Amino acid sequence: MDLHSLEPIRPYILPVIYAVVIVLVLPLLAGYIVLLERKVMADMQARLGPMRVGPHGLLQPIADAVKLLIKEDIIPDEADKAIFLLAPLLSVTAGMLAYAALPFGPVFQIADLNVGLLFILAVSSMGIYGIVLGGWASNSHYSLMGALRSAAQLVSYETAAGLALVSALLLGGTLSMKGLVESQAHAGLWFIFLAPIAFFIYLVGSIAETNRAPFDLPEAESELVAGYMTEYSGFRWSLYFLAEYANMIVVAGIATTLFLGGWLRPLARVHLRVPATDIEMMDLIPALAFLVVALYCFRLAPRQPVPVQKLVMAAAGALMLLLAAVMGWSAAAAPGIREGVHGAFWFIAKVLVYLYGFLWFRFTFPRYRFDQLMHLGWSFLIPLALVNVIATGIALALYREMGWGLAPALLLTNLITLAVAAWLAVERPRPGAALPIPSALDGD
Amino acid sequence: MANGLLPQIVFYFFAALAVVSAILVVVSRSAIHSAIFLITSLLATAGIYLQLEAEFLFVVQIILYVGGIMVLFVFVIMLVNLDVSLHQLQFNRQWLVATVLAIVLGIHFSLPLWLDRGVVNLPPPSAATMQPNSEMIGQALFQNYMLPFEIASILLLVAMIGAVVMAKRRI
Amino acid sequence: MIPTTHYLFLSLALFTIGVVGVLTRRNVIIILMSIELILNAVNINLVAFSRMFGSVNGQIFAIFIITDAAAEAAVGLGIIIAFFRNRETVLADEMDLLKW
Repeated sequence: MDLHSLEPIRPYILPVIYAVVIVLVLPLLAGYIVLLERKVMADMQARLGPMRVGPHGLLQPIADAVKLLIKEDIIPDEADKAIFLLAPLLSVTAGMLAYAALPFGPVFQIADLNVGLLFILAVSSMGIYGIVLGGWASNSHYSLMGALRSAAQLVSYETAAGLALVSALLLGGTLSMKGLVESQAHAGLWFIFLAPIAFFIYLVGSIAETNRAPFDLPEAESELVAGYMTEYSGFRWSLYFLAEYANMIVVAGIATTLFLGGWLRPLARVHLRVPATDIEMMDLIPALAFLVVALYCFRLAPRQPVPVQKLVMAAAGALMLLLAAVMGWSAAAAPGIREGVHGAFWFIAKVLVYLYGFLWFRFTFPRYRFDQLMHLGWSFLIPLALVNVIATGIALALYREMGWGLAPALLLTNLITLAVAAWLAVERPRPGAALPIPSALDGD
Repeated sequence: MANGLLPQIVFYFFAALAVVSAILVVVSRSAIHSAIFLITSLLATAGIYLQLEAEFLFVVQIILYVGGIMVLFVFVIMLVNLDVSLHQLQFNRQWLVATVLAIVLGIHFSLPLWLDRGVVNLPPPSAATMQPNSEMIGQALFQNYMLPFEIASILLLVAMIGAVVMAKRRI
Repeated sequence: MIPTTHYLFLSLALFTIGVVGVLTRRNVIIILMSIELILNAVNINLVAFSRMFGSVNGQIFAIFIITDAAAEAAVGLGIIIAFFRNRETVLADEMDLLKW
């Protein structure tokens, strides 16, 4: 097999490699995000979290995975078996298929579709079927109610999130994900500074899209048992779980690409060179960050109670050193390699920051009741998103037709949108809502 | 390979999937199964659109048809589900006549296509006339077809109000 | 390149299956789904011709048909829900209130 016969499939080799890497890495990544969530939750609740399995709980996801894989697979008696087996697969497929258009860097993208953003939205909306059919097939009232509520919530907030993305699209001018990041590089500012209200709407919408707190009524333990996931056990439940975290990373990826500048370095236009070399000082930040983490790992290693944990901690420290070396080397290498590696680093860093926001909100805000949730989605977010689209259009018209600067025009229209939001946020008596309970502190 | 085998494999795969799923829609005993097969058929059709270089229609089909209309169908099927429905007759008394007539209709339409198959096979024009697809559709929608666009939006408003009024318990 | 007639035959097959579904089934929801199949078949026809003639008009028409199908499905399903609430049935044979 010489190289010439590889010609017809040459365009497919690299995307297939990326796809295989993503499919292999994703379950591991989802497991470690769960660990991160437990550690952050513990930190916010003034305790330590998982500490036992690996050093500081670093091997906890592997223990969880083994436990889930060896659990008994229970299928309810009267359940529709074909749909029961199909539903988690639909969720996972929809969650993973969206990675095909996410740009992890200028180089690491499986397919740069012309309609990349719409493709990700379309595939994410297929995830609803995994939830609805899973609840239906379980043949249980709790599951069905949880599934219907979850699907209604997803459909409502999908509209608001999509409209918020339209505002950013108006500024970007293209639907391809790579083109959106390049238009942010061209504009010099990330779109979060040009369209902050759209970012806020998308933030709230994406939290509701992924069924995370404070919008997790359909799957909270104290509500409908576990909603649509009630009757699933073992591996099938872990598929739903994986789908939920994969979905979280996808919406974080969309927000990063559209609002947070994708793979662009913060302060991308500032060029401070290390004297006498060609390396920029800001490009050394990733290497320094990994170095600091490696030193912290090495400092903690001798203090672990068990020798195996000391070894694992030292290995983690060595891994961080390796990554620091890779970052440092690529900062000095050819521009192609530097852009690729550093672009991936900044993209993943921004996604992690967005996910940290998700985790933070989970442990800070109380849960929304279902009618409050629907009221927020339909009566506040969708009108606000519509007004935002119109406002962005007016700002662009002012910029292009009447010669205003882009930033002043957007500032004016964002202020108008904020005024509309304040008007929308005023509590008005809704038909059918509970009347406010008079309290002793009311002053009469 | 890009000019010969791969497009044919893709077309026959999606076409077979669409037709088989459509047959299963019509034949399934349970309404939920029919809905799932219709979703499969619509996804296969979206694949056909992608092969016809209509990428905007591909994503619009998935977002609207599969992600919107079929969700509505699935919701309603879950709301009106009757346990007794699985034991009732699925086909009405005229099924034989209807099937024969539909097949005759199909043959009637396909005869001109089959007999003139050399004439209709004009080679497709270059892709440059239809790319970039989203921009061209946007331009056509907002310039040439502005009036139908506005009428369609009023139609959707009327349909929304109608559906809400129909499904309310007390008006 | 796939000749246009292939797409036309596919569209015809889907259309015929949809017609059989509308005429044969008793469950009104499945009749509605068959109508969606028919509209889908017409869409494939339009997009195939749009590619053959190199103009975007066929795709615009297809977008309007999808919009129309959404509106019709919403109203149709609303009617089914209203009828089900009154008569507890979704079978077309049993919806015979206007029969003498």
